Amino acid sequence: MVALVLPRLMDVSAASRRSASVAERNLSALRSIYWLLLVSGFIEPLLYLFSIGVGVGALVGDLTLPGGAVVSYAAFVAPAMLASSAMTGSFAETTFNFFGKMKYMKLYDGVIATPVQPFEIALGELAWAMLRGSAYSGAFLVVMVVMDLTTAARAAVAFPAAVLVGFTFGAIGMTIATFMRSWQDFDVLGSAQFVLFLFSGTFIPAQAYPTLLRWLVEVTPLYRAVHLIRGITVGGSGWTWLLDIGYLLVVLAIGLVIASRRMSRLLYR
Amino acid sequence: MTTAQPLIQARGLVKRFGSFTAVDAIDVAVRAGEAFGFLGPNGAGKSSTMRMIGCVSPPSGGELRILGMDPVRDGPEIRARLGVCPQLDTLDPELTVRENLITYARYFGIARRVARLRAAELLDFVQLSERADSKVEPLSGGMKRRLTIARALVNEPEIVLLDEPTTGLDPQARHLVWERLFQLKQQGVTLVLTTHYMDEAEQLCDRLVVMDGGRIVAEGSPRVLIEQHSTREVVELRFAGESQEPFVSKIDQLGERVEVLPDRILLYVPDGDAAVAEVTALGLHPINVLVRRSGLEDVFLHLTGRTLID
Repeated sequence: MVALVLPRLMDVSAASRRSASVAERNLSALRSIYWLLLVSGFIEPLLYLFSIGVGVGALVGDLTLPGGAVVSYAAFVAPAMLASSAMTGSFAETTFNFFGKMKYMKLYDGVIATPVQPFEIALGELAWAMLRGSAYSGAFLVVMVVMDLTTAARAAVAFPAAVLVGFTFGAIGMTIATFMRSWQDFDVLGSAQFVLFLFSGTFIPAQAYPTLLRWLVEVTPLYRAVHLIRGITVGGSGWTWLLDIGYLLVVLAIGLVIASRRMSRLLYR
Repeated sequence: MTTAQPLIQARGLVKRFGSFTAVDAIDVAVRAGEAFGFLGPNGAGKSSTMRMIGCVSPPSGGELRILGMDPVRDGPEIRARLGVCPQLDTLDPELTVRENLITYARYFGIARRVARLRAAELLDFVQLSERADSKVEPLSGGMKRRLTIARALVNEPEIVLLDEPTTGLDPQARHLVWERLFQLKQQGVTLVLTTHYMDEAEQLCDRLVVMDGGRIVAEGSPRVLIEQHSTREVVELRFAGESQEPFVSKIDQLGERVEVLPDRILLYVPDGDAAVAEVTALGLHPINVLVRRSGLEDVFLHLTGRTLID
């Protein structure tokens, strides 16, 4: 029994150790310029929150959520900004940076000559992307509490949810990156990301759309992420948050599997 | 028992890319402690073979065992004991010279403290200590190559795979690399290298295979290969005129074999000076005459009818 189980356990620990070494490489590569990028990623959702949440919110007034709760427009928009900044943060790392490392820096061609395997590279890069996404989320949640858009207790619960969102979008981003042919493809991705950002129940409730469109919106990953986090920060989403978590976990798993398969195909020529 | 077993054993090894066969059923056995070479022109299948041995390219057919293990199933275990210097440097441009080594060691699960020590030792070994904190980009080609070799040694490998270790380097840089590789060999490390340089193969390899079009066309030590496939000496003759061709029939009786290149004729003979005298006795006056010993270049020319570097 021990002889059967032990090698497997060692496999898991060796694999996670190797994934950690991939994330560690990114820490070594951190340079001052990178901090500037990090800061810009944090500022962007704040600008949206102030301009639209607070600014436009003054014209819109309060909103009545489907659950019956009445919230300020800023409190409605803030969790959506949180979800989309988690998306943006991990997307930046897993699409643009990941593609550059794989295709132009040929970084992974060197890495695969070591015991590290493509799946472990994917996991390590994802963990790193998640760290960046989490930093954004944590800072943004603090701002939300300070502005009285949610309570500290709710923010504490929203944080792991935002981390999960970062993870899921990281896996999606990495999968997309393995299909990218050149930098031009990123323009298309950027547009798609913006459409998601505008229409995932971020600025107006999905209930406002015609039925067919509403269904379409509700199956997108960003909508589920917004729905989950809004449910936590303003309350009133009942048990449907379980559906959101299940959805995000499934997408995360599928993304990871496809991304590491694609990487194997591209690297093990 | 186990020491007699080859470290690398290939039987009927094949690599196909679509309909193109890069490696066409080769048999290779590399023993512990030897320096083994794959010699051949570009496109002969050397790099594809090296990538399969490095466990980063699954074989399309045949059998391959490395350190007694299966490269597809036991990839991580095998790679933990290999050092790889790929044809194109895959150094990390975002890290410094030293960080490149430390980070690479971490991929092997080597403790950071040990990695730091080893990086310092290896930088010393390849004479890059002074550039330890420089980025990779400003390094010269020779320095990058040496860093890649140092990186391949960071896990104290049993086998080091070197794919064209000195291609593109100036003579001085090449000699430094050769010296270091020779030192490694002295330490008992098994070296497997590919090259299209004859002098490199003659300098470093105990045994080699000559590859052409994905197949092995000859195998042996450099000395034995030369003895088997060439004469002791070669006379290189260059005649005035557009083509060397008209002169071939006049002198082809003088040697055991004649090869015609665009700019000269090679006459394979046991005694070069005697042959030159015979050429002069025929009333022929080449504008250039060179007598030299046979080398692997001549073996290759004989076996494939082509020169190595075109």
